[in-house]
Amino acid sequence: MKSNEITRRSFLKSLGAGSVVAAGSLMTGCRRAAEAVEDSHKSSSPRPAGSMTYRLNHNSGDSVSILGYGMMRLPTVKGGSARDDSSEIDQEAVNELVDYALEHGVNYFDTSPVYCKGLSERATGIALSRHPRDSYFIATKLSNFSPSTRSREESQKMFEESLRELQTDYVDYLLLHSVGSSMDDLRERFLDNGMLQWLQEQKEKGRIRNLGFSFHGDPAVYDYLLQMHDRGEAHWDFVQIQHNYSDWLNPAGNGKRSEYLYTELERRNIPAVVMEPLLGGRLAKLPKHIMQTLKTQRPDDSVASWAFRFAGTHPGILTVLSGMTYMEHLQDNILTYSPLDPCTEEEQQMLFHMAELLSAYPSIPCTRCQYCMPCPYGLDIPSIFAHYNTCVNEGNIAASASDPDYARARREFLVGYDRSVPRLRQASHCIGCGECLPHCPQQIDIPAQMVRIDTYVESLKQNA
Amino acid sequence: MLKIIRRVLAAIFLLGITLLFLDFTGASYAWFSWMARLQFFPAVLSGSLVVVAAIILLTLLFGRLYCSIICPLGVWQDGIALIGKKVRRNRYRWSPAKTCLRWASLGLFILAFILGISLVVCILAPYSSYGRMVASILTPAVRYVNNLIASATDSSLVYHRDVWFKTGAVFFISLGSLILIGTLAWRNGRTWCNTVCPVGTVLGFLSRFSLLKISIDTDKCVNCGLCARNCKAGCIDFKNHAIDYSRCVACMDCIGKCSTHAISYGTVRPVKARKAESGSTDAGRRSFMTATAVIATATALEAKKKVDGGLAVIEDKKIPARSCGIVPPGAESIKNVSRHCTACQLCITACPNQVLRPSASVDSLMQPRSSFERGYCRPECTRCSHVCPTGAIRPITPAEKTTISVGHAVWIRDNCIPVTEGHNCTACERHCPTEAITRVPLDPSDPQSVLVPVVDPSRCIGCGACEYYCPARPLAAMYIEGNSRHITL
Repeated sequence: MKSNEITRRSFLKSLGAGSVVAAGSLMTGCRRAAEAVEDSHKSSSPRPAGSMTYRLNHNSGDSVSILGYGMMRLPTVKGGSARDDSSEIDQEAVNELVDYALEHGVNYFDTSPVYCKGLSERATGIALSRHPRDSYFIATKLSNFSPSTRSREESQKMFEESLRELQTDYVDYLLLHSVGSSMDDLRERFLDNGMLQWLQEQKEKGRIRNLGFSFHGDPAVYDYLLQMHDRGEAHWDFVQIQHNYSDWLNPAGNGKRSEYLYTELERRNIPAVVMEPLLGGRLAKLPKHIMQTLKTQRPDDSVASWAFRFAGTHPGILTVLSGMTYMEHLQDNILTYSPLDPCTEEEQQMLFHMAELLSAYPSIPCTRCQYCMPCPYGLDIPSIFAHYNTCVNEGNIAASASDPDYARARREFLVGYDRSVPRLRQASHCIGCGECLPHCPQQIDIPAQMVRIDTYVESLKQNA
Repeated sequence: MLKIIRRVLAAIFLLGITLLFLDFTGASYAWFSWMARLQFFPAVLSGSLVVVAAIILLTLLFGRLYCSIICPLGVWQDGIALIGKKVRRNRYRWSPAKTCLRWASLGLFILAFILGISLVVCILAPYSSYGRMVASILTPAVRYVNNLIASATDSSLVYHRDVWFKTGAVFFISLGSLILIGTLAWRNGRTWCNTVCPVGTVLGFLSRFSLLKISIDTDKCVNCGLCARNCKAGCIDFKNHAIDYSRCVACMDCIGKCSTHAISYGTVRPVKARKAESGSTDAGRRSFMTATAVIATATALEAKKKVDGGLAVIEDKKIPARSCGIVPPGAESIKNVSRHCTACQLCITACPNQVLRPSASVDSLMQPRSSFERGYCRPECTRCSHVCPTGAIRPITPAEKTTISVGHAVWIRDNCIPVTEGHNCTACERHCPTEAITRVPLDPSDPQSVLVPVVDPSRCIGCGACEYYCPARPLAAMYIEGNSRHITL
């Protein structure tokens, strides 16, 4: 988007001075709250490039940067994100991004054994081990999704493997990864095999500093886990939830209202870690007229910055994770959070209104998390959804063949489709086996959406 | 002046016909497809009496203008000869007609046609030779260039087109024709047209009686021989002031060359060309029987999902062994194709779905056959039926297409995903445009049983959607068996 580039350009100009200030506060005892910069709620216009906002985790005393680095969309040597193409992770680029992030006050790095085809932890370990261990917090997960890794032995092995890959002997934040698909799933992965208890033992041994879970899906599981906390059967030092202005009141598809998720945590004084603040980038790439509304208010700010400011606004938010593949994204996010300028009540209301407008678009709530991949039949599910959503945003979905814009929209859709997804990996090749269904954290009915997109593509092909 | 008109018209025809083979967008068919229909032998095959009569009339009136203007192979040879002439001026000389060879070639052609030896017919037919050369050599080159441009731009106007090596035999035969005819044209001008080409022989016979023709005014002629040395047909015997009108292609080159204006184009009484001894045979014929099916097979790697991301390897599909080949809707029957098709490859270059490819089997070598590893015969497309100039594939509408059964789907139980993997698969049923495929329980006594497809042949049109979309690889669990005669449903 042109406007984004302009923002970046003007941002880069102002960056020079800012980075010097930020570099001054580099790695200064980030674990001690006293030294951390507390939330500054002063409105800043014109924005002075100050230093990163930090939030206190009262459980462990950690002072965590409000911007957390999600290591799930690492850059690859081919230039894209490791989630999207099959080439190797570009370790040099990862090192550069991590160095820059640390230099500008980011101190929370979130990874998982399954990210980037299982290569994220190693890349994270390589990049972070070049810096003092106490200058950052590592978050990783017990990602025992596959039936073959659900046993106690295999799950323990997975944790030990994480430590090895991350080149460390303790994890600052450990999450039960993506609980919520069902109670059975929770029991099988963490309760019946004794893994939760084992993890608590590891915490006592100091190998895990904070224990929490990340949640997607069935609120019954969420409630159950919080009740465990209330009853003292477990202690959650933090919880990771999907939170953004679109999910706050009107989550797309089968998503859960993050207002509920967040309020439940705030009530219990459990710090919340935010994932999907941008809905997989969808809140950074809005339909034109919504983008214009935001730009009118803050012409110099990126569209993404609104989502990040909203995600960080609530005081119970410990950190907001962003999977930053490109230096430009990292720089933009650092700018947004140095320091955070929380959304005012009016701004929040406006964003909720934008979310409502957004929900009228027939886009698919895919965040490109790639949990569904690889599809056993070779489909590139996230790319198919991404192309469809792009066309929705750009108005390239024609309602009918009599639409005056039909020919152009048809060409843009079909040509772009073949460009972004190889023929054999397109929606038409979905056989409806349903392997992907339990993996989708957004609970998208992937096979049904594939049929919907394919029906649309067929109608385009048959009506020139 | 006449020469310039001839050249301009010839260039228009050559460009138009070449464009038909190169244009993958299909836009040029609307403009230039009539040029392919004007070709003599295709017109004979398609039974276009009007076109045949018009060409005969044209020849009887003006001589072999057809060979100089309409026939792309002839015009292409003129182009080669033009460069040859630049390299060495005045390179031709009069040569006696190789009449025996000409009639032998025509005889062979007719005999092969009657006996249904399509390969011989296809190799000798001039328009098809040209089509094949363009389709096998120039068309892929143009697509590569297109893809280079496409990779450098984001515009939706230029985009990637697959280039694939279809059948080795066609490529080698085309290359052989290119080298042979090209060399002959470079050295001796119209040798191919006047010794081998069956159309050239037929029209040559007619042009002897044409109304308008070249003649030499013996009063003006100074016997310099310049005309003969610039006659690409080698048909001017300047010493006897005789012209072999059966070989003259009415190119008008000699008129301008004559410094004494002794040569003119008009009505004359025919002067008998001197019968000549048959010379050495310089036209060789080759046949290539190499049939190679190129199937790149990637080793599939079925990895169980443990980590996120990545793409499963998709193995290439193999061509199933069909006991009867498939010809596209409009072709009516295998027999109709083998009787009419001259293997010009126009339908194959026109097919946007990568279904048509030249046959590799000896009895139908180079003629179109359908297969579905790369796409299927899509319901909205009738392109091949509209480009065919010979009537091998007759024009149909998309509506007619839905009632023509070119084949029928056959289920191979042992390849079917619900049987081999134990989970349901909707691919063939979902994509079947005629609802010929439905799914029934594999084990009727088990209410939880996986469903497997069954085919209703009375609804199946053989479009190949099931075969193309079948996820079983490398061999699909559904494949199309051709109907040797198409059935109207």
